[in-house]
Amino acid sequence: MIDSFYIAWKYLVFNKTRTAILVACITLIAVLPLALEIVLDESEHQLVERAEITPLLIGARGSALDLVMNSLYFTDEVPELIAVAAADEVMDTELAAAVPLYVRFHARGFPIVGTTLDYFDFRQLELRAGHPFASLGDCVIGASLAQQLDLKPGDSLVSSPETVFDLAGVYPLKMKITGVLAPTHSADDLAVLVDIKTAWVIEGLVHGHEDVTRTTDSSAIMERTERNVTANAKLMQYREITAASPDSFHVHGDAAAYPLTAVIVLPHNDKSGTLLRGRYLGENSAYQIVPPAEVIDSLMTNIFRIRHVLDAVILLVGLATALALMLVFALSLRLRQREIDTISRIGCSRSTIARLLLLQSLCSLS
Amino acid sequence: MISIESLHFAYPQHGFKLQIPAFSVPPGQKLAVIGPSGSGKTTLLNLIAGIYTPDSGTIEVADTGVHELDDAARRDFRITRIGFIFQDFELLDYLTVLDNILHPYRITGALQLTPEVRQRARELAKQMGLGDKLQRGAGKLSQGEKQRAAICRALLPQPALILADEATGNLDPENKTHILDLLFAAVDQRRATLLAVTHDHELLPRFDRVVDFREFRAAGSA
Repeated sequence: MIDSFYIAWKYLVFNKTRTAILVACITLIAVLPLALEIVLDESEHQLVERAEITPLLIGARGSALDLVMNSLYFTDEVPELIAVAAADEVMDTELAAAVPLYVRFHARGFPIVGTTLDYFDFRQLELRAGHPFASLGDCVIGASLAQQLDLKPGDSLVSSPETVFDLAGVYPLKMKITGVLAPTHSADDLAVLVDIKTAWVIEGLVHGHEDVTRTTDSSAIMERTERNVTANAKLMQYREITAASPDSFHVHGDAAAYPLTAVIVLPHNDKSGTLLRGRYLGENSAYQIVPPAEVIDSLMTNIFRIRHVLDAVILLVGLATALALMLVFALSLRLRQREIDTISRIGCSRSTIARLLLLQSLCSLS
Repeated sequence: MISIESLHFAYPQHGFKLQIPAFSVPPGQKLAVIGPSGSGKTTLLNLIAGIYTPDSGTIEVADTGVHELDDAARRDFRITRIGFIFQDFELLDYLTVLDNILHPYRITGALQLTPEVRQRARELAKQMGLGDKLQRGAGKLSQGEKQRAAICRALLPQPALILADEATGNLDPENKTHILDLLFAAVDQRRATLLAVTHDHELLPRFDRVVDFREFRAAGSA
Protein backbone atom coordinates (compact mmCIF):
# COMPACT_ATOMS: atom_id res chain seq x y z
CA MET A 1 0.00 0.00 0.00
CA ILE A 2 2.87 2.32 0.89
CA ASP A 3 4.46 1.63 -2.48
CA SER A 4 1.19 2.53 -4.19
CA PHE A 5 1.22 5.83 -2.29
CA TYR A 6 4.82 6.35 -3.34
CA ILE A 7 4.06 5.83 -7.04
CA ALA A 8 0.89 7.95 -6.81
CA TRP A 9 2.83 10.72 -5.09
CA LYS A 10 5.62 10.60 -7.70
CA TYR A 11 3.03 10.88 -10.45
CA LEU A 12 1.40 13.91 -8.82
CA VAL A 13 4.74 15.61 -8.18
CA PHE A 14 5.83 15.00 -11.78
CA ASN A 15 2.57 16.55 -13.02
CA LYS A 16 2.65 19.28 -10.40
CA THR A 17 1.23 22.08 -12.52
CA ARG A 18 -1.70 19.95 -13.67
CA THR A 19 -2.19 18.66 -10.15
CA ALA A 20 -2.03 22.16 -8.68
CA ILE A 21 -4.66 23.45 -11.10
CA LEU A 22 -6.86 20.45 -10.36
CA VAL A 23 -6.41 20.84 -6.61
CA ALA A 24 -7.09 24.58 -6.84
CA CYS A 25 -10.32 23.97 -8.78
CA ILE A 26 -11.50 21.31 -6.37
CA THR A 27 -10.53 23.36 -3.32
CA LEU A 28 -12.28 26.42 -4.66
CA ILE A 29 -15.47 24.56 -5.37
CA ALA A 30 -15.36 22.78 -2.02
CA VAL A 31 -14.34 25.76 0.08
CA LEU A 32 -16.41 28.46 -1.60
CA PRO A 33 -19.82 27.34 -0.33
CA LEU A 34 -18.35 26.58 3.06
CA ALA A 35 -16.64 29.97 3.35
CA LEU A 36 -19.78 31.69 2.14
CA GLU A 37 -21.81 29.81 4.71
CA ILE A 38 -19.42 30.78 7.51
CA VAL A 39 -19.24 34.44 6.47
CA LEU A 40 -23.01 34.71 6.11
CA ASP A 41 -23.62 32.97 9.43
CA GLU A 42 -21.14 35.22 11.20
CA SER A 43 -22.58 38.36 9.58
CA GLU A 44 -26.09 37.24 10.42
CA HIS A 45 -25.08 36.50 14.00
CA GLN A 46 -23.46 39.90 14.45
CA LEU A 47 -26.30 41.78 12.77
CA VAL A 48 -29.04 40.00 14.67
CA GLU A 49 -27.30 40.01 18.04
CA ARG A 50 -26.69 43.77 18.03
CA ALA A 51 -30.18 44.48 16.76
CA GLU A 52 -31.81 42.28 19.36
CA ILE A 53 -30.14 44.04 22.27
CA THR A 54 -31.12 47.46 20.96
CA PRO A 55 -34.80 47.83 21.95
CA LEU A 56 -35.89 50.88 19.95
CA LEU A 57 -34.44 53.58 17.77
CA ILE A 58 -35.87 56.99 17.03
CA GLY A 59 -34.86 58.77 13.88
CA ALA A 60 -36.16 60.93 11.11
CA ARG A 61 -38.87 59.47 8.91
CA GLY A 62 -37.42 57.72 5.90
CA SER A 63 -35.53 54.50 5.44
CA ALA A 64 -35.72 52.45 8.62
CA LEU A 65 -32.87 50.29 7.30
CA ASP A 66 -30.56 53.28 6.81
CA LEU A 67 -31.41 54.44 10.31
CA VAL A 68 -30.65 51.05 11.87
CA MET A 69 -27.52 50.44 9.82
CA ASN A 70 -26.12 53.87 10.65
CA SER A 71 -27.01 53.73 14.32
CA LEU A 72 -26.00 50.15 15.03
CA TYR A 73 -23.28 49.43 12.52
CA PHE A 74 -22.10 53.00 11.79
CA THR A 75 -22.50 52.73 8.03
CA ASP A 76 -21.71 55.76 5.87
CA GLU A 77 -25.30 56.31 4.74
CA VAL A 78 -26.38 59.13 7.08
CA PRO A 79 -30.15 59.29 7.72
CA GLU A 80 -32.04 62.58 7.84
CA LEU A 81 -31.03 64.44 10.96
CA ILE A 82 -33.24 64.98 13.99
CA ALA A 83 -32.90 67.48 16.79
CA VAL A 84 -31.69 66.91 20.33
CA ALA A 85 -35.25 67.74 21.32
CA ALA A 86 -36.23 64.25 20.17
CA ALA A 87 -34.09 62.75 22.93
CA ASP A 88 -35.47 65.26 25.42
CA GLU A 89 -39.01 64.26 24.46
CA VAL A 90 -38.29 60.63 25.24
CA MET A 91 -36.79 61.54 28.59
CA ASP A 92 -39.79 63.72 29.37
CA THR A 93 -42.16 60.76 28.96
CA GLU A 94 -40.32 58.99 31.79
CA LEU A 95 -41.02 55.77 29.94
CA ALA A 96 -37.47 55.21 28.76
CA ALA A 97 -33.92 56.39 28.86
CA ALA A 98 -32.48 57.98 25.74
CA VAL A 99 -28.97 57.69 24.36
CA PRO A 100 -28.27 60.23 21.61
CA LEU A 101 -26.22 59.30 18.58
CA TYR A 102 -24.54 61.47 16.02
CA VAL A 103 -22.79 59.24 13.51
CA ARG A 104 -21.73 61.39 10.62
CA PHE A 105 -18.02 62.14 10.68
CA HIS A 106 -14.92 60.06 10.22
CA ALA A 107 -11.34 59.97 11.40
CA ARG A 108 -8.91 58.26 9.02
CA GLY A 109 -11.82 56.38 7.53
CA PHE A 110 -13.27 55.16 10.83
CA PRO A 111 -16.67 56.40 12.02
CA ILE A 112 -16.85 58.98 14.78
CA VAL A 113 -19.76 58.16 17.07
CA GLY A 114 -20.97 61.14 19.05
CA THR A 115 -22.86 59.92 22.10
CA THR A 116 -22.88 60.05 25.89
CA LEU A 117 -21.33 57.85 28.54
CA ASP A 118 -24.70 56.07 28.80
CA TYR A 119 -23.76 54.38 25.55
CA PHE A 120 -20.89 52.60 27.34
CA ASP A 121 -23.26 51.27 29.98
CA PHE A 122 -25.88 50.25 27.43
CA ARG A 123 -23.41 48.40 25.23
CA GLN A 124 -21.51 47.13 28.28
CA LEU A 125 -18.30 48.44 26.82
CA GLU A 126 -15.17 47.85 28.84
CA LEU A 127 -11.92 49.69 28.51
CA ARG A 128 -8.78 47.75 27.83
CA ALA A 129 -6.67 50.81 28.57
CA GLY A 130 -7.16 54.41 29.67
CA HIS A 131 -10.43 55.98 30.75
CA PRO A 132 -13.66 57.16 29.08
CA PHE A 133 -13.85 60.57 27.46
CA ALA A 134 -14.21 63.29 30.05
CA SER A 135 -13.72 66.56 28.21
CA LEU A 136 -14.38 68.09 24.85
CA GLY A 137 -11.96 66.69 22.29
CA ASP A 138 -11.46 63.39 24.13
CA CYS A 139 -12.15 60.13 22.34
CA VAL A 140 -12.21 56.41 23.07
CA ILE A 141 -11.29 54.10 20.22
CA GLY A 142 -12.29 50.53 19.43
CA ALA A 143 -9.86 47.63 19.87
CA SER A 144 -9.48 46.80 16.19
CA LEU A 145 -9.02 50.42 15.24
CA ALA A 146 -6.30 50.79 17.89
CA GLN A 147 -4.57 47.72 16.52
CA GLN A 148 -4.86 48.78 12.89
CA LEU A 149 -3.61 52.33 13.46
CA ASP A 150 -1.28 51.38 16.31
CA LEU A 151 -2.82 53.93 18.65
CA LYS A 152 -2.97 54.03 22.44
CA PRO A 153 -4.19 56.39 25.15
CA GLY A 154 -2.29 59.63 24.98
CA ASP A 155 -2.03 59.56 21.18
CA SER A 156 -4.17 61.82 19.07
CA LEU A 157 -6.50 61.28 16.14
CA VAL A 158 -7.59 63.94 13.68
CA SER A 159 -11.11 63.99 12.27
CA SER A 160 -11.36 64.02 8.49
CA PRO A 161 -12.68 67.14 6.76
CA GLU A 162 -15.97 66.44 4.99
CA THR A 163 -14.78 68.00 1.75
CA VAL A 164 -11.21 69.01 1.10
CA PHE A 165 -11.99 72.15 -0.92
CA ASP A 166 -14.85 73.54 1.20
CA LEU A 167 -13.11 76.29 3.16
CA ALA A 168 -16.28 77.11 5.06
CA GLY A 169 -16.98 73.46 5.87
CA VAL A 170 -15.99 71.12 8.63
CA TYR A 171 -12.40 71.56 9.74
CA PRO A 172 -10.40 68.71 11.18
CA LEU A 173 -10.31 68.44 14.95
CA LYS A 174 -7.36 66.95 16.71
CA MET A 175 -8.79 64.59 19.33
CA LYS A 176 -6.98 63.14 22.30
CA ILE A 177 -7.32 59.40 22.80
CA THR A 178 -8.17 58.75 26.44
CA GLY A 179 -9.07 55.08 26.23
CA VAL A 180 -9.10 51.91 24.12
CA LEU A 181 -12.05 49.54 24.30
CA ALA A 182 -11.71 45.85 24.97
CA PRO A 183 -12.67 43.82 21.88
CA THR A 184 -16.43 43.48 21.44
CA HIS A 185 -16.59 41.75 18.03
CA SER A 186 -19.03 44.40 16.94
CA ALA A 187 -19.03 47.72 15.09
CA ASP A 188 -17.70 49.38 18.25
CA ASP A 189 -14.33 47.74 17.58
CA LEU A 190 -13.80 50.09 14.64
CA ALA A 191 -15.43 53.21 16.08
CA VAL A 192 -14.15 56.46 17.53
CA LEU A 193 -16.45 57.24 20.44
CA VAL A 194 -16.67 60.89 21.44
CA ASP A 195 -18.94 62.99 23.54
CA ILE A 196 -21.87 64.31 21.50
CA LYS A 197 -20.56 67.85 22.00
CA THR A 198 -17.22 66.88 20.51
CA ALA A 199 -19.12 65.71 17.42
CA TRP A 200 -20.74 69.12 17.29
CA VAL A 201 -17.30 70.71 17.64
CA ILE A 202 -16.24 68.78 14.56
CA GLU A 203 -19.27 70.16 12.76
CA GLY A 204 -18.44 73.67 13.94
CA LEU A 205 -21.61 74.15 15.96
CA VAL A 206 -19.62 74.24 19.15
CA HIS A 207 -16.46 76.11 18.50
CA GLY A 208 -13.58 77.96 20.05
CA HIS A 209 -11.58 80.90 18.80
CA GLU A 210 -9.32 83.60 20.10
CA ASP A 211 -10.93 86.24 22.28
CA VAL A 212 -12.28 88.92 19.91
CA THR A 213 -11.89 91.54 22.59
CA ARG A 214 -8.21 90.77 22.94
CA THR A 215 -7.12 90.07 19.40
CA THR A 216 -4.33 92.25 18.18
CA ASP A 217 -5.08 91.65 14.51
CA SER A 218 -7.32 94.56 13.63
CA SER A 219 -8.00 93.15 10.16
CA ALA A 220 -9.97 90.27 11.80
CA ILE A 221 -12.43 92.76 13.32
CA MET A 222 -15.26 93.91 11.08
CA GLU A 223 -17.06 96.10 13.58
CA ARG A 224 -16.46 97.06 17.16
CA THR A 225 -19.02 98.85 19.34
CA GLU A 226 -19.21 99.28 23.04
CA ARG A 227 -21.47 96.23 23.45
CA ASN A 228 -20.58 94.12 20.48
CA VAL A 229 -17.61 93.00 18.42
CA THR A 230 -18.07 91.44 15.00
CA ALA A 231 -15.17 89.44 13.64
CA ASN A 232 -14.60 87.92 10.21
CA ALA A 233 -13.28 84.48 9.22
CA LYS A 234 -9.73 85.65 9.76
CA LEU A 235 -10.23 85.27 13.49
CA MET A 236 -8.18 82.26 14.56
CA GLN A 237 -10.32 79.15 15.16
CA TYR A 238 -9.06 76.48 17.56
CA ARG A 239 -8.70 73.10 15.94
CA GLU A 240 -7.52 71.40 19.09
CA ILE A 241 -9.00 71.52 22.53
CA THR A 242 -6.14 71.93 24.95
CA ALA A 243 -6.05 72.50 28.69
CA ALA A 244 -5.82 76.21 27.98
CA SER A 245 -8.66 76.42 25.49
CA PRO A 246 -11.77 74.52 26.72
CA ASP A 247 -13.34 77.62 28.21
CA SER A 248 -13.21 79.35 24.87
CA PHE A 249 -15.45 76.65 23.29
CA HIS A 250 -19.01 77.69 23.33
CA VAL A 251 -22.41 77.03 21.78
CA HIS A 252 -24.18 79.36 19.43
CA GLY A 253 -27.96 79.16 19.14
CA ASP A 254 -30.48 76.78 20.74
CA ALA A 255 -28.78 73.56 21.93
CA ALA A 256 -32.10 71.68 21.73
CA ALA A 257 -32.05 72.16 17.98
CA TYR A 258 -28.60 70.63 17.59
CA PRO A 259 -28.49 67.63 15.29
CA LEU A 260 -28.54 63.92 16.00
CA THR A 261 -28.73 61.01 13.62
CA ALA A 262 -30.72 58.85 16.03
CA VAL A 263 -31.72 58.23 19.61
CA ILE A 264 -31.38 54.82 21.18
CA VAL A 265 -34.47 54.35 23.31
CA LEU A 266 -34.23 52.09 26.34
CA PRO A 267 -37.76 51.55 27.69
CA HIS A 268 -38.01 50.73 31.37
CA ASN A 269 -40.22 47.74 30.55
CA ASP A 270 -42.24 46.19 27.73
CA LYS A 271 -45.29 48.27 28.49
CA SER A 272 -43.26 51.48 28.32
CA GLY A 273 -41.88 50.35 25.00
CA THR A 274 -45.34 49.68 23.61
CA LEU A 275 -46.62 53.03 24.85
CA LEU A 276 -43.68 54.82 23.30
CA ARG A 277 -44.15 53.10 19.98
CA GLY A 278 -47.78 54.19 20.03
CA ARG A 279 -46.77 57.81 20.39
CA TYR A 280 -44.78 57.80 17.20
CA LEU A 281 -47.26 55.88 15.09
CA GLY A 282 -49.12 58.92 13.83
CA GLU A 283 -48.25 60.13 10.36
CA ASN A 284 -47.91 63.64 11.69
CA SER A 285 -44.96 62.70 13.82
CA ALA A 286 -41.69 64.00 12.43
CA TYR A 287 -39.92 60.95 13.82
CA GLN A 288 -40.16 57.24 13.39
CA ILE A 289 -39.54 54.70 16.10
CA VAL A 290 -38.30 51.33 14.98
CA PRO A 291 -37.37 48.11 16.73
CA PRO A 292 -34.00 47.27 15.05
CA ALA A 293 -34.62 43.52 15.45
CA GLU A 294 -37.65 43.73 13.15
CA VAL A 295 -35.75 45.75 10.55
CA ILE A 296 -32.81 43.35 10.58
CA ASP A 297 -35.18 40.40 10.50
CA SER A 298 -36.73 41.77 7.34
CA LEU A 299 -33.26 42.32 5.88
CA MET A 300 -32.24 38.76 6.75
CA THR A 301 -35.35 37.40 5.04
CA ASN A 302 -34.22 39.06 1.84
CA ILE A 303 -30.65 37.88 2.35
CA PHE A 304 -31.93 34.33 2.84
CA ARG A 305 -33.76 34.52 -0.47
CA ILE A 306 -30.55 35.61 -2.18
CA ARG A 307 -28.68 32.94 -0.24
CA HIS A 308 -30.98 30.22 -1.55
CA VAL A 309 -30.36 31.40 -5.11
CA LEU A 310 -26.63 31.53 -4.39
CA ASP A 311 -26.72 28.02 -2.91
CA ALA A 312 -28.45 26.75 -6.04
CA VAL A 313 -25.87 28.46 -8.26
CA ILE A 314 -23.01 26.99 -6.23
CA LEU A 315 -24.62 23.56 -6.39
CA LEU A 316 -24.86 23.81 -10.17
CA VAL A 317 -21.29 25.03 -10.47
CA GLY A 318 -20.20 22.20 -8.17
CA LEU A 319 -22.07 19.69 -10.29
CA ALA A 320 -20.54 21.07 -13.48
CA THR A 321 -17.09 20.93 -11.86
CA ALA A 322 -17.67 17.35 -10.73
CA LEU A 323 -18.62 16.39 -14.29
CA ALA A 324 -15.59 18.24 -15.64
CA LEU A 325 -13.37 16.43 -13.14
CA MET A 326 -14.84 13.08 -14.16
CA LEU A 327 -14.08 13.98 -17.75
CA VAL A 328 -10.53 14.97 -16.80
CA PHE A 329 -10.01 11.66 -15.02
CA ALA A 330 -11.53 9.73 -17.92
CA LEU A 331 -9.27 11.51 -20.41
CA SER A 332 -6.31 10.98 -18.12
CA LEU A 333 -7.10 7.26 -18.03
CA ARG A 334 -7.21 7.18 -21.81
CA LEU A 335 -3.90 9.01 -22.04
CA ARG A 336 -2.36 6.56 -19.60
CA GLN A 337 -3.77 3.47 -21.24
CA ARG A 338 -0.35 2.50 -22.55
CA GLU A 339 1.18 2.81 -19.10
CA ILE A 340 -1.65 0.70 -17.69
CA ASP A 341 -1.11 -1.93 -20.39
CA THR A 342 2.63 -2.00 -19.68
CA ILE A 343 2.37 -2.56 -15.94
CA SER A 344 -0.36 -5.09 -16.60
CA ARG A 345 2.00 -6.99 -18.97
CA ILE A 346 4.78 -6.84 -16.38
CA GLY A 347 2.46 -8.57 -13.93
CA CYS A 348 0.53 -5.91 -12.04
CA SER A 349 -2.99 -6.98 -11.04
CA ARG A 350 -6.07 -5.04 -12.10
CA SER A 351 -6.84 -4.31 -8.45
CA THR A 352 -3.37 -2.80 -7.91
CA ILE A 353 -3.75 -0.68 -11.06
CA ALA A 354 -7.16 0.49 -9.86
CA ARG A 355 -5.70 1.26 -6.43
CA LEU A 356 -2.86 3.27 -7.98
CA LEU A 357 -5.24 5.35 -10.09
CA LEU A 358 -7.62 5.80 -7.18
CA LEU A 359 -4.82 6.94 -4.89
CA GLN A 360 -3.64 9.44 -7.47
CA SER A 361 -7.17 10.79 -7.77
CA LEU A 362 -7.65 10.88 -4.00
CA CYS A 363 -4.29 12.59 -3.48
CA SER A 364 -5.46 15.26 -5.94
CA LEU A 365 -8.77 15.59 -4.15
CA SER A 366 -7.40 15.61 -0.62
CA MET B 1 13.03 -24.17 -20.45
CA ILE B 2 10.08 -23.69 -22.79
CA SER B 3 7.95 -26.51 -24.09
CA ILE B 4 4.87 -25.94 -26.22
CA GLU B 5 2.64 -28.64 -27.62
CA SER B 6 -0.47 -28.58 -29.80
CA LEU B 7 -1.02 -24.91 -29.11
CA HIS B 8 -4.16 -23.28 -30.51
CA PHE B 9 -5.00 -19.65 -29.97
CA ALA B 10 -7.41 -17.35 -31.77
CA TYR B 11 -8.29 -13.73 -31.16
CA PRO B 12 -12.04 -13.54 -30.63
CA GLN B 13 -12.26 -10.10 -32.29
CA HIS B 14 -10.63 -11.02 -35.58
CA GLY B 15 -9.87 -14.13 -37.51
CA PHE B 16 -6.19 -14.51 -36.64
CA LYS B 17 -5.28 -17.95 -35.36
CA LEU B 18 -1.98 -19.23 -34.05
CA GLN B 19 -1.25 -22.94 -34.15
CA ILE B 20 2.02 -24.39 -32.96
CA PRO B 21 2.20 -28.21 -33.02
CA ALA B 22 5.46 -28.36 -31.08
CA PHE B 23 8.08 -25.88 -30.00
CA SER B 24 10.75 -25.99 -27.35
CA VAL B 25 13.69 -23.93 -26.13
CA PRO B 26 16.36 -25.49 -23.93
CA PRO B 27 17.60 -23.60 -20.85
CA GLY B 28 20.27 -20.99 -21.49
CA GLN B 29 19.58 -20.75 -25.19
CA LYS B 30 19.45 -17.41 -26.95
CA LEU B 31 16.71 -17.76 -29.51
CA ALA B 32 15.66 -15.27 -32.15
CA VAL B 33 12.15 -15.44 -33.60
CA ILE B 34 11.70 -13.86 -37.00
CA GLY B 35 8.81 -13.61 -39.35
CA PRO B 36 6.62 -11.11 -41.17
CA SER B 37 4.48 -8.62 -39.27
CA GLY B 38 1.21 -10.10 -38.10
CA SER B 39 2.56 -13.65 -38.11
CA GLY B 40 1.97 -14.06 -34.35
CA LYS B 41 5.44 -13.51 -32.88
CA THR B 42 4.26 -11.11 -30.17
CA THR B 43 1.24 -13.32 -29.57
CA LEU B 44 3.61 -16.20 -28.86
CA LEU B 45 5.51 -14.10 -26.31
CA ASN B 46 2.22 -13.12 -24.65
CA LEU B 47 1.14 -16.75 -24.48
CA ILE B 48 4.46 -17.85 -22.97
CA ALA B 49 4.24 -15.02 -20.43
CA GLY B 50 0.69 -15.97 -19.49
CA ILE B 51 -0.78 -12.68 -20.69
CA TYR B 52 -3.00 -14.68 -23.04
CA THR B 53 -4.32 -18.15 -22.32
CA PRO B 54 -4.35 -20.71 -25.13
CA ASP B 55 -7.62 -22.14 -26.41
CA SER B 56 -5.99 -25.55 -26.26
CA GLY B 57 -2.57 -27.14 -25.94
CA THR B 58 0.11 -26.83 -23.29
CA ILE B 59 2.78 -24.29 -22.47
CA GLU B 60 5.38 -25.20 -19.92
CA VAL B 61 8.05 -22.80 -18.72
CA ALA B 62 10.64 -24.24 -16.34
CA ASP B 63 8.32 -27.05 -15.29
CA THR B 64 5.40 -24.69 -14.71
CA GLY B 65 2.29 -25.36 -16.77
CA VAL B 66 1.45 -21.78 -17.63
CA HIS B 67 -1.78 -22.87 -19.33
CA GLU B 68 -3.01 -24.37 -16.04
CA LEU B 69 -2.50 -21.28 -13.89
CA ASP B 70 -5.31 -18.99 -12.83
CA ASP B 71 -5.14 -15.22 -13.35
CA ALA B 72 -3.40 -14.35 -10.09
CA ALA B 73 -0.91 -17.20 -10.39
CA ARG B 74 -0.10 -16.23 -13.98
CA ARG B 75 0.60 -12.65 -12.88
CA ASP B 76 2.85 -13.84 -10.05
CA PHE B 77 4.59 -16.23 -12.41
CA ARG B 78 5.13 -13.47 -14.95
CA ILE B 79 6.51 -10.91 -12.56
CA THR B 80 8.80 -13.32 -10.72
CA ARG B 81 9.98 -15.68 -13.46
CA ILE B 82 9.88 -13.66 -16.68
CA GLY B 83 11.64 -10.49 -17.68
CA PHE B 84 9.83 -8.55 -20.38
CA ILE B 85 11.64 -6.08 -22.63
CA PHE B 86 9.51 -3.96 -24.95
CA GLN B 87 10.29 -2.22 -28.23
CA ASP B 88 9.20 1.17 -26.85
CA PHE B 89 10.94 0.63 -23.49
CA GLU B 90 7.70 1.52 -21.65
CA LEU B 91 9.42 3.38 -18.85
CA LEU B 92 7.34 5.70 -16.69
CA ASP B 93 8.47 9.28 -17.27
CA TYR B 94 7.34 10.40 -13.83
CA LEU B 95 9.72 8.01 -12.10
CA THR B 96 13.50 8.19 -11.86
CA VAL B 97 15.68 5.56 -13.50
CA LEU B 98 16.11 3.77 -10.16
CA ASP B 99 12.36 3.85 -9.44
CA ASN B 100 11.66 2.47 -12.91
CA ILE B 101 14.09 -0.40 -12.33
CA LEU B 102 12.46 -1.10 -8.96
CA HIS B 103 8.94 -0.64 -10.33
CA PRO B 104 8.00 -4.37 -10.53
CA TYR B 105 8.74 -4.62 -6.81
CA ARG B 106 6.34 -1.79 -6.03
CA ILE B 107 3.35 -3.15 -7.90
CA THR B 108 3.14 -6.69 -6.59
CA GLY B 109 3.27 -8.52 -3.32
CA ALA B 110 5.09 -11.42 -5.01
CA LEU B 111 8.38 -9.51 -4.92
CA GLN B 112 9.84 -8.00 -1.75
CA LEU B 113 11.69 -4.72 -2.06
CA THR B 114 14.58 -5.18 0.34
CA PRO B 115 17.81 -3.19 0.79
CA GLU B 116 19.56 -6.07 -0.94
CA VAL B 117 17.31 -5.63 -3.99
CA ARG B 118 18.01 -1.89 -4.04
CA GLN B 119 21.73 -2.59 -3.90
CA ARG B 120 21.39 -5.12 -6.72
CA ALA B 121 19.46 -2.54 -8.78
CA ARG B 122 22.28 -0.05 -8.35
CA GLU B 123 24.91 -2.58 -9.35
CA LEU B 124 22.88 -3.67 -12.37
CA ALA B 125 22.43 -0.05 -13.45
CA LYS B 126 26.14 0.54 -13.04
CA GLN B 127 26.86 -2.54 -15.11
CA MET B 128 24.55 -1.14 -17.83
CA GLY B 129 26.30 2.24 -17.73
CA LEU B 130 23.52 4.03 -15.87
CA GLY B 131 25.28 4.30 -12.52
CA ASP B 132 25.37 8.10 -12.65
CA LYS B 133 21.83 8.48 -13.95
CA LEU B 134 19.85 6.66 -11.27
CA GLN B 135 18.13 9.77 -9.96
CA ARG B 136 17.44 11.22 -13.39
CA GLY B 137 13.88 11.27 -14.69
CA ALA B 138 13.26 8.52 -17.23
CA GLY B 139 11.92 11.07 -19.70
CA LYS B 140 15.32 12.76 -19.84
CA LEU B 141 17.22 9.69 -21.03
CA SER B 142 18.38 8.99 -24.58
CA GLN B 143 16.78 6.09 -26.48
CA GLY B 144 19.72 3.81 -25.76
CA GLU B 145 19.71 4.71 -22.07
CA LYS B 146 15.97 4.06 -21.90
CA GLN B 147 16.38 0.57 -23.29
CA ARG B 148 19.24 -0.12 -20.89
CA ALA B 149 17.00 0.97 -17.98
CA ALA B 150 14.23 -1.27 -19.36
CA ILE B 151 16.66 -4.21 -19.50
CA CYS B 152 17.66 -3.52 -15.89
CA ARG B 153 13.97 -3.56 -14.92
CA ALA B 154 13.50 -6.92 -16.68
CA LEU B 155 16.61 -8.48 -15.16
CA LEU B 156 16.31 -7.27 -11.57
CA PRO B 157 13.94 -10.03 -10.36
CA GLN B 158 16.52 -12.52 -11.73
CA PRO B 159 14.11 -14.22 -14.14
CA ALA B 160 14.93 -17.55 -15.70
CA LEU B 161 13.40 -16.44 -18.99
CA ILE B 162 13.73 -13.12 -20.79
CA LEU B 163 11.26 -12.21 -23.50
CA ALA B 164 12.35 -9.37 -25.73
CA ASP B 165 9.80 -7.95 -28.16
CA GLU B 166 11.70 -6.02 -30.83
CA ALA B 167 14.00 -4.79 -28.06
CA THR B 168 16.36 -3.08 -30.51
CA GLY B 169 13.71 -1.95 -32.98
CA ASN B 170 13.84 1.70 -31.96
CA LEU B 171 17.59 2.04 -31.65
CA ASP B 172 20.24 3.33 -34.03
CA PRO B 173 22.76 0.75 -35.33
CA GLU B 174 25.49 1.68 -32.83
CA ASN B 175 23.13 1.50 -29.85
CA LYS B 176 21.58 -1.68 -31.24
CA THR B 177 24.89 -3.55 -31.07
CA HIS B 178 25.78 -2.09 -27.70
CA ILE B 179 22.42 -2.95 -26.15
CA LEU B 180 22.54 -6.45 -27.52
CA ASP B 181 26.07 -6.87 -26.11
CA LEU B 182 24.85 -5.79 -22.70
CA LEU B 183 21.74 -7.98 -22.90
CA PHE B 184 23.69 -11.07 -23.98
CA ALA B 185 26.29 -10.49 -21.25
CA ALA B 186 23.58 -10.17 -18.63
CA VAL B 187 21.77 -13.25 -19.90
CA ASP B 188 24.99 -15.28 -19.93
CA GLN B 189 25.93 -14.11 -16.46
CA ARG B 190 22.55 -15.18 -15.09
CA ARG B 191 22.38 -18.34 -17.23
CA ALA B 192 18.95 -17.21 -18.34
CA THR B 193 17.10 -18.14 -21.50
CA LEU B 194 16.44 -15.44 -24.07
CA LEU B 195 13.62 -15.46 -26.58
CA ALA B 196 13.83 -12.40 -28.75
CA VAL B 197 11.44 -11.35 -31.49
CA THR B 198 13.26 -9.33 -34.10
CA HIS B 199 13.04 -8.04 -37.64
CA ASP B 200 16.71 -7.27 -37.78
CA HIS B 201 18.42 -10.00 -39.77
CA GLU B 202 21.87 -8.49 -39.14
CA LEU B 203 21.61 -9.53 -35.51
CA LEU B 204 20.62 -13.14 -36.18
CA PRO B 205 24.17 -14.60 -36.36
CA ARG B 206 24.66 -13.63 -32.74
CA PHE B 207 21.83 -15.86 -31.52
CA ASP B 208 22.23 -19.56 -30.74
CA ARG B 209 19.17 -20.40 -32.81
CA VAL B 210 16.75 -18.68 -35.14
CA VAL B 211 13.14 -19.71 -35.66
CA ASP B 212 11.25 -18.42 -38.64
CA PHE B 213 7.60 -18.08 -37.77
CA ARG B 214 6.59 -18.99 -41.27
CA GLU B 215 7.31 -22.59 -40.21
CA PHE B 216 4.35 -22.47 -37.88
CA ARG B 217 2.18 -20.72 -40.44
CA ALA B 218 3.01 -23.51 -42.86
CA ALA B 219 2.30 -26.13 -40.27
CA GLY B 220 -0.88 -24.47 -39.01
CA SER B 221 -3.77 -22.82 -40.71
CA ALA B 222 -3.51 -19.21 -39.70
